[in-house]
Amino acid sequence: MTDDAGQVAATPPPAPGRSRRLSDRGLAVAFISPALLLLLAMSVFPLLWALYLSFTDYSATRGGRAYFVGFGNYTAILTSAQVHQRALTTLIYVVGAVTLQTVLGFTIAYLISRRTRGRGLLTTLFLVPMMLSPVVVGLFWRFMLDAQFGVVNSMLGSIGLGQVEWLTRQRTALISLIVVDTWQWTPFIMLIALAGLTAVPKYLYEAASIDRASEWFRFRTITLPLVWPLLLIAVLFRAIEAFRLFDLVYILTNGGPGVSTETLSFHVYKVAFLGFNTGTASAYGILMVLVVIVLSQIYLRYLNRLKEG
Amino acid sequence: MAVSVDEAVSTGPARDRGRPARRRGGRGRSVLEVALLTVLAVVMLFPVLWMIETSIKENRDVYAVPAEFFGFTVTMEHFKDVFVGPDGGRSALSVAFLNSVLVAGASTVLATLLGVPAAWAYSRFAVKAKKDQLFFILSTRFMPPVVVVIPIFLMYRQVGLIDSKLGLILIYAAYNLPFTIWMMKGFVDEVPSEYEDAAMLDGYTRLQAFRRHTLPLLVPGIAATAVFALIFSWNEFVFAIFLTSSDSVRTAPPAIAGLIGGTTTDWGLVAAASVVFALPVLVFAYLVRKHLIAGVTLGAVRR
Repeated sequence: MTDDAGQVAATPPPAPGRSRRLSDRGLAVAFISPALLLLLAMSVFPLLWALYLSFTDYSATRGGRAYFVGFGNYTAILTSAQVHQRALTTLIYVVGAVTLQTVLGFTIAYLISRRTRGRGLLTTLFLVPMMLSPVVVGLFWRFMLDAQFGVVNSMLGSIGLGQVEWLTRQRTALISLIVVDTWQWTPFIMLIALAGLTAVPKYLYEAASIDRASEWFRFRTITLPLVWPLLLIAVLFRAIEAFRLFDLVYILTNGGPGVSTETLSFHVYKVAFLGFNTGTASAYGILMVLVVIVLSQIYLRYLNRLKEG
Repeated sequence: MAVSVDEAVSTGPARDRGRPARRRGGRGRSVLEVALLTVLAVVMLFPVLWMIETSIKENRDVYAVPAEFFGFTVTMEHFKDVFVGPDGGRSALSVAFLNSVLVAGASTVLATLLGVPAAWAYSRFAVKAKKDQLFFILSTRFMPPVVVVIPIFLMYRQVGLIDSKLGLILIYAAYNLPFTIWMMKGFVDEVPSEYEDAAMLDGYTRLQAFRRHTLPLLVPGIAATAVFALIFSWNEFVFAIFLTSSDSVRTAPPAIAGLIGGTTTDWGLVAAASVVFALPVLVFAYLVRKHLIAGVTLGAVRR
């Protein structure tokens, strides 16, 4: 609403006739439609196709005719114990990783914001992991976490601790996944938290220190309430990304050992590309898309409110 | 309100402690904070340093137990292996790097060509249901790639785009377009539309006003946006691994991932390839560091 009102006000008051306004509309259509067409062709159309396939028993390898099976694929997925297991794994992973990242990221941002010198350099250094490709991150941690010659075990050994089979034991594999994801994405939370922290007006702190408010009191009543909205944006964003995560699992553990690190994304891949049950995989994918749509709607609504506020 | 009352009560004793004591405590805390920050920085940076170190170690040092941190022999063999194949010709990895440059470059150009005009139109004109359109555009970017790749795979198989650079370029352009539009809309919003209005009063058409007055002011923003799109395409893995298979088409991420999986893995080579792959990203990211927040939140959060 406010945007549109701004636009109307911005056009020159003496309306220069119909033709100008019409050409503006033409220009808008000409400039926007190519972009929308590409998105329709590469994002919307594929999803609609997946929606259609999700009601059939189509298989990409068998080919041939696809038979309509109604909601069969959906009920099969929603009642499958395997899928429930993967959902639980995904939930543990998303909650674990995002919580750790938020706590660590905010801590680092807070510590950096209290420094007066070297802030720029510190921030830049901390941001490196985030810019790396998940392939590089996954491969490299796989090397570092190797049970025999990995540097992590080597360091543990040198301080007298036992060796850990990071990626080859059920429980530790999921923990490793969470640790690696945290290593890569803590900088993301840090970056956004830091933006929030540096935007807190100085005079609030000055007023608080005149009142001799304690550090903790200042943190609780000034810092946190002002940074929280931005931090929530970062957390929601990370949660969506973590829910979609595929590449790190693929590289780091390949879902193993057993199925202990198989997230929903990874399971969809296995059903689609190793099981070749394209119909089932499409239904599975559509269900995931629904979750993502709900999450991203929350995110976008919140973002919208934040922008208007 | 209740919270602030509780807080006021709990801070009572601290207030009684007096100023000098608190100042001394403050210095101690400051040292502690610096120490904590240093530890965190070391933990965060160690994997990167270890990767660089591994890439210049000889093979026997790479697998040394316990790990060797200092005093190893420096070698550039692994970097040579990244670019030169065993037969002396071009290595498969170097072909993959060239493919990555081409695919990331072309998809970025395409996303920019489509995205910048759209962003300008969204910023300047009263488009119907503008906000809904913009949110719809951004939400396409949130789709799980593994899910999208299933129908894309079938679609590409039908039209013969499987295992082709063009196929990758198109999907990457679509993948970067929501980001480009959101990011650029922010930059266009910052340029007052009065410039265009004034030019139009001088007799220019809207399009000419855009080309002559707004576009030159947008160049830094376009450059920053393009750099981010370049980084996203360069790092992308899921589409690349499912939509391409042959060495002549494959981009660097699946090619590097393909280095493991045999009976033995040459970790020195993996490290060197990773360093070569990551270096341009870090350089580019440093160049656009001012826009990093907008960039990594897909243009949704701006300062």
